[in-house]
Amino acid sequence: MENRLLDQQLDLLRDKILLLGGTTEAALHRAMQALTTRDSELAKKVLEEDRIIDQMELEIDRMSVEILALQQPAAHDLRFVISVAKITPILERIADHAGSIADAALILNNEPQLKNYVDLPLMAQIAAEMLRTALDAFTAEDAQVSREVIKRDQKIDESYHRVFDELIEIMIENPQATTSAAHLLFVAKHLERIGDYVKDICELNVYLREAAFIKHSPIYENAAESAANGEPH
Amino acid sequence: MMQKIMQSKISVSDLNFFYGKTQALHGVSLEIPAREVIAFIGPSGCGKSTFLRTLNRMNDLIPAARAEGRVTIDGQNVYAPETDVAALRRKVGMVFQKSNPFPKSIYENVAYGIRINRIHANKADLSDRVEKALRDAALWNEVKDRLNSSAFSLSGGQQQRLCIARALAVKPEIVLMDEPASALDPIATQKIEELIVELKREYTIVVVTHNMQQATRVSDKTAFFMLGKLIEYNRTQKMFTNPDEKLTEDYITGRFG
Repeated sequence: MENRLLDQQLDLLRDKILLLGGTTEAALHRAMQALTTRDSELAKKVLEEDRIIDQMELEIDRMSVEILALQQPAAHDLRFVISVAKITPILERIADHAGSIADAALILNNEPQLKNYVDLPLMAQIAAEMLRTALDAFTAEDAQVSREVIKRDQKIDESYHRVFDELIEIMIENPQATTSAAHLLFVAKHLERIGDYVKDICELNVYLREAAFIKHSPIYENAAESAANGEPH
Repeated sequence: MMQKIMQSKISVSDLNFFYGKTQALHGVSLEIPAREVIAFIGPSGCGKSTFLRTLNRMNDLIPAARAEGRVTIDGQNVYAPETDVAALRRKVGMVFQKSNPFPKSIYENVAYGIRINRIHANKADLSDRVEKALRDAALWNEVKDRLNSSAFSLSGGQQQRLCIARALAVKPEIVLMDEPASALDPIATQKIEELIVELKREYTIVVVTHNMQQATRVSDKTAFFMLGKLIEYNRTQKMFTNPDEKLTEDYITGRFG
């Protein structure tokens, strides 16, 4: 039974989530571009296209429920559908953060440029690379690569702390720049959250491959704790 | 390990089974703990029903059938020459795919085994035991006002529960079920499944099923058989989310070619 109906549906589901992943990546890339090149038209496009991503999410949700109800998948098939169903809203949230960055760009583009955004594009670059690698690892069901991506989240957290300190300094030195600096701070926070979400995707990749729930495992709690200790609130 | 064997209700080691020259089971070993539900799954002809029937020597009735290896229940060798087969089958009750009530009243169906085994002390005790068995089989409320009606007046699902009550009446410790719900509609099936889960408080239950969702719903452990071999025996939750064997994965996901 090579050509099972279920196989066709799982292939379709895989195509759909990869399309969602690619669209999310593009949204993040364009939102950052809108910010760094001060391109408000591009920012508006990102916001408009968020609706398409929402529709993709609904479509995948519908399809996952249908497969679970009608095909009753087991073993790897079951883990695949569960992983897709859990990764989908994560991607949608990443796209929401991209939308928020586009929102910030629309405001910041009307203000004088505060500083060159060196650290922010760097953070965005790490986040985008993590996301791409996580999606590739999902396709390849590569638990090893997924575990490596999880570790990379620390780099984003470190950048976030640097940007945070820098922007606070700017606010103190130049109170007139506070509004812009605050918006940039939100951008940094969005990128930091995206790193966390990519980590969640990677944990689901490991579940897909190994049926192991590594989320909230002791190693992570420690890693999260040390990250939390250094994080300004 | 020793401890584990001590706790097993049923212990099977290196069991081979032959129908004449045809070998139906190849070196099957497994341990069944008390008061758990074990599901046997596998394609038709895989040996799961044959294996089930070795546990109470139902295969003895088939000419030229022969078992090699060891089956012990509570440490007693089932195939030892001194084994009292009637006592064994009292201890290990059985329910079949097609309900097969006797052409008697509902009451007499359940009372029959108690009478011939002289388990009851007197007539009142007999009635108590019949009621208890019907209650345990979740049938009492449906039949208490018509105990003298023919068993054939019951629906298919009720007849099957009557057969379960009949099996329970002689106080078995193990109940073997060979596809007990395969001829029933979904509602009757659900009742049987709920009953199985309820019964494990007192009994050890082994159920052969072709319905994998049924195995997942009722069993604690699942054994997967193929071509007379036990391929995998695992906790049901593990078996259906992440089986150890590729063959199991292929079977439960319908990828069997």
